[in-house]
Amino acid sequence: MSSEAASDNTHLQKTIEQMIDKKLDERFSSFEAQFEGLSKQLESIQNDNLSDRVTLLVFSGDMDKLMSAFIIGAGAVAMGMEVSMYFTFWGLTALKKQSLYEGKSIPEKMMAMMLPEGPDKVGTSKMNMLGFGPAFFKMMMGKNNVETLPDLININKELGVKMIACQMTMGVMGITKEELIDDLEYGGAGTYIGEASDSKITLFI
Amino acid sequence: MADQTLNCNNLNCPMPIVQIGKTIKTLKTGNTIEVTATDPAFEADVRAWTKKTGHELVSFSDGEIKTALIEKK
Repeated sequence: MSSEAASDNTHLQKTIEQMIDKKLDERFSSFEAQFEGLSKQLESIQNDNLSDRVTLLVFSGDMDKLMSAFIIGAGAVAMGMEVSMYFTFWGLTALKKQSLYEGKSIPEKMMAMMLPEGPDKVGTSKMNMLGFGPAFFKMMMGKNNVETLPDLININKELGVKMIACQMTMGVMGITKEELIDDLEYGGAGTYIGEASDSKITLFI
Repeated sequence: MADQTLNCNNLNCPMPIVQIGKTIKTLKTGNTIEVTATDPAFEADVRAWTKKTGHELVSFSDGEIKTALIEKK
């Protein structure tokens, strides 16, 4: 073998090695980019991890619908979940302990007159029959050993269900904090969204 | 023989699981509780409850009075 051929060979070998290195670098950098993307995705999935919480948006002031809300609330706590209930519009009735008139404007007084005094005075969504329906329901519930609405509310309080009253609708309906039960939190749409956005379950009742 | 018994007869949904949830907290890990109930949804509820909370439903017997044996995990 001539020395020229030998140097050609070394040259060729070097070129091949360089090409391989270049290819490997390319591959590695694409792997690295992929790996980085995946680890970022994993991190965002971990951050999205929802709390084991149920958030109920209680809009209705009907006895049957309120009962559903509190039955689900108590059931969820029993299942080991955290529960928060956000009360708005007619749903606020569930939190009322009395109707007050003192210090209110005339429209607010009219509102207080027309709204139920509390959860034991609410009507049913169907078969209300001018107030006869709820009495009939209560009789049937007694026969079937179902807790009454005020009982269910107390059970939920005892179990540590977080109850939030909507301050905007309290204003609209002329309801004051003095008319509502103790140990409530107060908030707005943001409070509900804050609670609901990391809840596994959220319901509008 | 269970370490503790809980009578939920004549209680309706959701009270049996509410009572179980309260009572299980007073038990030690590995202890068992025997729950009797008449709630028609009791079997479905107690099965879902044990699945969700991680405690074990050791046995269940159906009938007018239903009996569930639960082990605290």
